[in-house]
Amino acid sequence: MTVLLRHVREPDQKDLDGYVRRGGYEALRRALRELSPEQVAELVDRSQLRGRGGAGFPTGRKWSFVPKHAPVKYLVVNADEGEPGTFKDRTLIEGDPHLLVEGIALAAYANGVRTAYVYLRREFYEGRRRLERAVAQAYEAGFLGEGILGTDFSLDVVVHPGAGAYIAGEETALLESLEGKRAMPRLKPPYFPAVMGLYNQPTVLNNVETLCCVPWIVREGPEWWIAQGPPQLYSVSGHVNRPQVVEAPLGTTARELIERAGGMRGGRKVKAFYPGGTSSRPLTAQHLDVPLRHEDLAKLGSMLGSSAVIVMDETTDMVRVIARVCEFYRDESCGKCTPCREGTVWVTQILERILHGRGRPEDLDLLDSLARNMTGTCFCPLGESVPPSLRAGLEDFRDEFEAYIRGAREPVEMPVRLRLGAPAPGG
Amino acid sequence: MLSERAQSDIRALRARYPVAQSALLPALLRAQEELGWVPPEALAEVARLLDLPVEVVAEVASFYTLIFTEPVGRHVVQLCTNVSCLLSGAEEVRRRVEERLGIRAGQTTPDGRVTLLAVECLAACDEAPCAIVDEQRYGPLTPEAAVRLVEELP
Repeated sequence: MTVLLRHVREPDQKDLDGYVRRGGYEALRRALRELSPEQVAELVDRSQLRGRGGAGFPTGRKWSFVPKHAPVKYLVVNADEGEPGTFKDRTLIEGDPHLLVEGIALAAYANGVRTAYVYLRREFYEGRRRLERAVAQAYEAGFLGEGILGTDFSLDVVVHPGAGAYIAGEETALLESLEGKRAMPRLKPPYFPAVMGLYNQPTVLNNVETLCCVPWIVREGPEWWIAQGPPQLYSVSGHVNRPQVVEAPLGTTARELIERAGGMRGGRKVKAFYPGGTSSRPLTAQHLDVPLRHEDLAKLGSMLGSSAVIVMDETTDMVRVIARVCEFYRDESCGKCTPCREGTVWVTQILERILHGRGRPEDLDLLDSLARNMTGTCFCPLGESVPPSLRAGLEDFRDEFEAYIRGAREPVEMPVRLRLGAPAPGG
Repeated sequence: MLSERAQSDIRALRARYPVAQSALLPALLRAQEELGWVPPEALAEVARLLDLPVEVVAEVASFYTLIFTEPVGRHVVQLCTNVSCLLSGAEEVRRRVEERLGIRAGQTTPDGRVTLLAVECLAACDEAPCAIVDEQRYGPLTPEAAVRLVEELP
């Protein structure tokens, strides 16, 4: 039986009545009546919950860095889900928005926060309508606002729209964006958001799925939570029959996830898969039985990331896929640091040349050198997301690159990406 | 240039945050909701309403892909072109839609009806290939369905 996805398909789960009828806001009631903020934080710590946004940092520890007695603290929810292949947060926001609201209230209570901002990517038009409605209902029912449930705990929640920028998903860039600036990452260390975040105040920053785990942990206890797997949302897409968010125990293999997503389209074989979005190193068919969890993937030079499993079958042109991935990072680079700003452009140019049938034998060494120079040198994880795909390309799919360079593969055109405002044809 | 209503909405947005500049993106989006895009005069007006230098407003507006600092058509069609959609036929969808509209992604039809954008992952890979038309999401799209969708836009 699923936990996080248990009620997302119930049509009335989006409404307060439906949510409450299925046990919603019980965790918040219990916490405010029986538990101190420290006890709520301790439950989350004992659950071993790790952040579900991509970095996988233990949530309890993240909360412990927030200074206890700071006069002003903020909670910021990262709902800027943009890692290619990831759609679990959108599924939660659209299907069970009150679960997120309750998670926000519990996290705010645990951390002594009285103002929370939900940074919601602009493209979540439907999600925004549903979340804003849930927030309004929660205010009306006394789960948000002044003196929640007759206690002295008060909380305001503001839903804040992004405006189209993948980089805003990086936590410090998100804070810049929330302050009304360009979404460019801040230097860290020394100052992490927990100590100096929004408006330079201590700030708890958590992903949507992470916060949606919290009501369950508080309601059923950390031991129960761990015994459920712990539950993990994998966004499974690509060449599968029924792409979908699959809830499965942390450490489920790609083979099982593909099975749960209806198997491979046309019964074809797997060639490769990204285990954690396009920022992770893609793996090959020989890794289908690797448990998809932090430790096992780190050993392979990959990562769980946002647990977006993008499946590619034996017909996939890996050069084309990797070029598209690099082009994505090129277009989304904020331009702040040189290795990312320049590296993504150079890498994409070379890949495009190879695809167009103008590749040179020495291009593969050049790509290798660029990948090395972009590793550990970029200001934030965006630029660092390019080398894993390149490495896999050069090590696991080298023959496909060589085939283009030799002229053994038909050249492929990459569609031009025009900026808005380019002149219309003939005019 | 902005209506009284939009101006008062922007003042209300400003009051939601401890620092006025935080209201900048919501304010720009509010202006865009009214005008379709954010022309230089609107940038100046938002700057005035939030007590910000116009340079700051312009610098921020130009960073975000969904703040339109160039005119757009009556409808904005965002076609996803990222990996999951690519694997599900997004290139053919894009090719057929471009062909039907007679423009490339990034351009607006000469009659000002549709602006077509090739965009990155819309977090709807369970509906790949997917698109957002104005504020509504569609998918999975066959090339035929996508062409019908843009044809039927008024």
